Parts: sequence; structure tokens; C-alpha cells
Amino acid sequence: MSGPPPDGVPVLEVSDLSVRIAGLHILQGVSFTVAPSGVTVLLGRNGVGKTTTLRAVLGLTPRGGEVRGTVRMGDRLLGGEPTHRLVRGGLGYVPEDRCVFAGLTVTENLRLAERRSGTPAYDRVFELFPELNRRGRQRAGSLSGGQQQMLAIGRVLLNDNRLLLVDEPTKGLAPKVVTEVAEVLERVAVAVPVLLVEQNLAVVRRLARDAVVLAAGRVAWAGDANELLREPELTRSLLGVGTVASSDGAEVVGP
Amino acid sequence: MSTIVLLTLTGLGLAALYFLVASGLSLVFGLADVLNFAHGLFLSVGAYATWWAAGNLPGAGPSGFGFVLAVAVGVLAGAVVGMAVELIMIRPLYSRTIEQVLVTVGLSLAGVALLQATWGADARPFPRPDWTQRVTPVLGAKVPNSGLLLILAAVVVLAALLGFLRYTRYGLVIRAGVENREMVTALGIDVRKAFTLVFAIGGAAAALAGALGGVYFGSVSPGQGGSLLIFAFIVVVIGGMGSVVGSAYAAVAVGLLQQFVNYYGTSGAGDVCVVALLAIVLLLRPQGIAGRAATT
Repeated sequence: MSGPPPDGVPVLEVSDLSVRIAGLHILQGVSFTVAPSGVTVLLGRNGVGKTTTLRAVLGLTPRGGEVRGTVRMGDRLLGGEPTHRLVRGGLGYVPEDRCVFAGLTVTENLRLAERRSGTPAYDRVFELFPELNRRGRQRAGSLSGGQQQMLAIGRVLLNDNRLLLVDEPTKGLAPKVVTEVAEVLERVAVAVPVLLVEQNLAVVRRLARDAVVLAAGRVAWAGDANELLREPELTRSLLGVGTVASSDGAEVVGP
Repeated sequence: MSTIVLLTLTGLGLAALYFLVASGLSLVFGLADVLNFAHGLFLSVGAYATWWAAGNLPGAGPSGFGFVLAVAVGVLAGAVVGMAVELIMIRPLYSRTIEQVLVTVGLSLAGVALLQATWGADARPFPRPDWTQRVTPVLGAKVPNSGLLLILAAVVVLAALLGFLRYTRYGLVIRAGVENREMVTALGIDVRKAFTLVFAIGGAAAALAGALGGVYFGSVSPGQGGSLLIFAFIVVVIGGMGSVVGSAYAAVAVGLLQQFVNYYGTSGAGDVCVVALLAIVLLLRPQGIAGRAATT
């Protein structure tokens, strides 16, 4: 374990988080912090509890699931509050598999994400994704995977957030689109801190400042992301048999 | 020819009744995942409230504007009961399907018993404005006006619901919620408010069915809602859970099929055919005609 993030008070503090779903202990006392700027990446093999962690922070653990431990955003204790209030308090969520509303148009998807507090920043969204402006009347279900991802990111950028939770934004996308998504997240992270779950190590290398590695429901390593990626041995021992080349030539965590 | 026109229009009248019950049922199921067996109670509440208002409420009566006022009272009563059921009984039980079924089945039984205890188990003559007791000649067929009134009401409700779903913020939330409720909350929206609203809308539409159905059948009895509910459920499943337009198509198919088969076959064969249609749709297209989308 290495020390806390270098600068300032963390934006998110997770301590001793345990999640049990249907009798399975998915997380067993996870503690980490998210730095107030830049990208903190959550790594680990498949099924280790990365998505469960993000969802527990958001209060989206399925009914019957048991959550213990504390999650703090600044001086605010998040546990027990309903999801919609947490989100309004400045948590933006880009879920795994995008989850745009397929039957709604692009414009409707964006309009749904508007929050009553503050004016929605359409100029910011359309500057990053001019495509969304052009395709306003198209149903989100007919967009390509990359465009859907842009929409999923775009709708959280309509509002000012204190922290973004982004779950595998490059999953299943073509290499060129992966690069575009990475570029966008790089620009976004200048303004707002991001807690990112990502399997593509090239993307991690490009974006991450801090890294938290989960293994067997616990934090196995936390610290400077570059430090982790510089050491192939360390990476291999923490993330699997090593980094394997995926079909597009990018390194991914495997298997 | 005139028989076919008559059967078509009375079949559509029946379809209108089914649609008014099924549209709310479908939205409630699509958005909140609640199988609401108490939905038939909303219909009975609307019928009895209209009947009571026509006889007792000053200003209301069995004809003219008084009757419109009585129906408005019935619809309001349905909306209020729908809302109360959601807030008091369903809200603590979201995501607990078995408990929900138990509570709504229990509520429908208790509601019927309460109506029986108050107004007796026998059918009561329903107030019918003179106009609804006459017939209108359509292409040689003498069609009862009460049936035409039902069709008109269903078309207005369908248009109003679609307009509401397409052009209002709450409609947007409901459409999105039917697709993926969890993601709606993850965008910072309190989706439970939409649940309450959908129960109120469903209650109001079912109550309207109760009031106009009372006019159509000429009487009101405590068990009426329950027997209509069975066909409304079939309509919801055939139409696609959560789809208002799907419910409309399915209601027309079920109403016409029932009416024609009951006339040309033996009485009662129409009901069997409807169940057969349900089986065929479930085998060939289990997601229903429209699938899971509120306005398609």
C-alpha cells in the first residue's frame, strides 16, 4: 500500500466498504480515496468487484444486497441516501454498457439528464460531441456503440458534477473510437475528477494519475498509476497473467 | 352487411372498455414492475362514485351536464384511490413481487367486499342519459350510442396519453423509466413520483371505463371490475407490457374477436378464442405486439 493521493483533500473517501449480494461477499472491506483532480483508475481482473464498488457508491446495490462501511464525498456521508439525491449532489454516472434509452431520441436522452439546479451546459456537450447535435432527432438505439458512449458521457456533462464515475467506457469499441473516448475523458478530467474503471491498459496509461487495484474483494495495491505500469512484474502479479494484446493491438487486462 | 357493421362497432366499444382499463395497467407494469390486481377495483370505484354522485351530489344527475359532473367525480375518485394505493400499499413493497401480488389481490377482494357491504351484492341500475339509450344508424346498422360514447372516450384518452408521454417532462421520465428505471434514478430523477402519477392516471382511466361501462351495460355491480380485469390483463400481455399503443391494438383485436366469435359461434367461444390468441402471441412474439416501449 502506498500513501494517500498527493494533493489536497480527496473528493471521495471509501472506507471499509463491504458488499454482500445473494450470500456472496463481493467486496470485503475496500478502502481507497479519489484525488480531487485527474483520473483515478480502478483496476482488477474480471469479477473482482469494480462495478460493484461504483454501484455501491451510488446506492445502486440490488435489493437484498448488504452494504457496510462508509463513503464520504467531502463532508457528506453518502450511505443510505437514495441514488437520485446523491446524483443531484454532484455525482455523474456513466454506466457499463452505456445504458442510453434506446427508444428515446438523442435530444430526449439529453433533456432527461437536465437537472433543475443550474442551466444545462449544452454548448459544452456539443463542443465535445458535435455529432450529438447533428443527430438530435435520431433514436439512441440506432446509434453506433461509439456514438452511444458519447451520448452516455455527454448527458453527465450537461450538469456540473463534483465527481464522475465512469465504468468501462471503451468496452467493445473500435480502436479509433477508443482513442476518441480517451481524448474526451482526458479533456473532461481537467475540469472534474474521474473515478474510472478501465480494462484497456493503453487508455489507463494515457489517463490515470492514481490507481487502485482490487483483488479478491480487497484493495491489493494503491498509488501512482505510472509506478504500477512501469513495473511489468507488479502489473502481472496484480492484474493477471500479464497484459495481453487484444484484437486491436491494445493491451488489456487479461484473462 | 349491417350485422357486420354492428358487430364491428359493438366490438370496438368493448375494445374501448378494455383499452381504458389496460392502458393504465400496462403503464404501471411497464414502469413500476407491479402486477396490479387491484386495478379492477379502480374501475368499480369509478362506477360506484359516478352512480352515487348522480343520485346524491347536488348539481350532478343522470342526464346532461349533471351526468358529466357525476362522471368527473367518478374519474377523480379513481385517480385518488389509485394514488392512495400506490403511496400506502405499493411503495413500501417495490421489488418484492410476491408481496405486491398478495397485497393487490387482497385489496381487490376487500374492495369488492366493502362495496357489497355498503351497497349490496345485487346489480344497481346505472344512471343513463337519454341520448345514450338511443341508437345511431351507421351504414344500415343501428348502433347503440353508449357504445359510440365508449369508442370516443377511448380515442380521446389514447390521444391525451400519447400527447402527455411525448411532450411533457413527466411523460419523458415515464417512457425512459419503462425502458430502464434504474438508469433514470442514476440521472438524478426521483422515479417514485412518476410511479404515483402513473397509478393516478391508470386509476382515472379505469374509473372512466367503470362510469361509461355502467352506461353501456345499464347497471353496476361490485364484481364488474374483476371480470373485466382478466381481459385487460390479456390485452396488456398481447400488446406488450408498458406500451400504450400496443394496448390499443391488442384491445381492438381482442374486442373484435370476442364479439364476432360470440355471435357466429356459440356464446362463450369468443372468450376461448381470446385465450387462444394470447397463447399464439406468447409463442410467436413473447414480448407482445409493441415490445417494451411506452409510445410505440
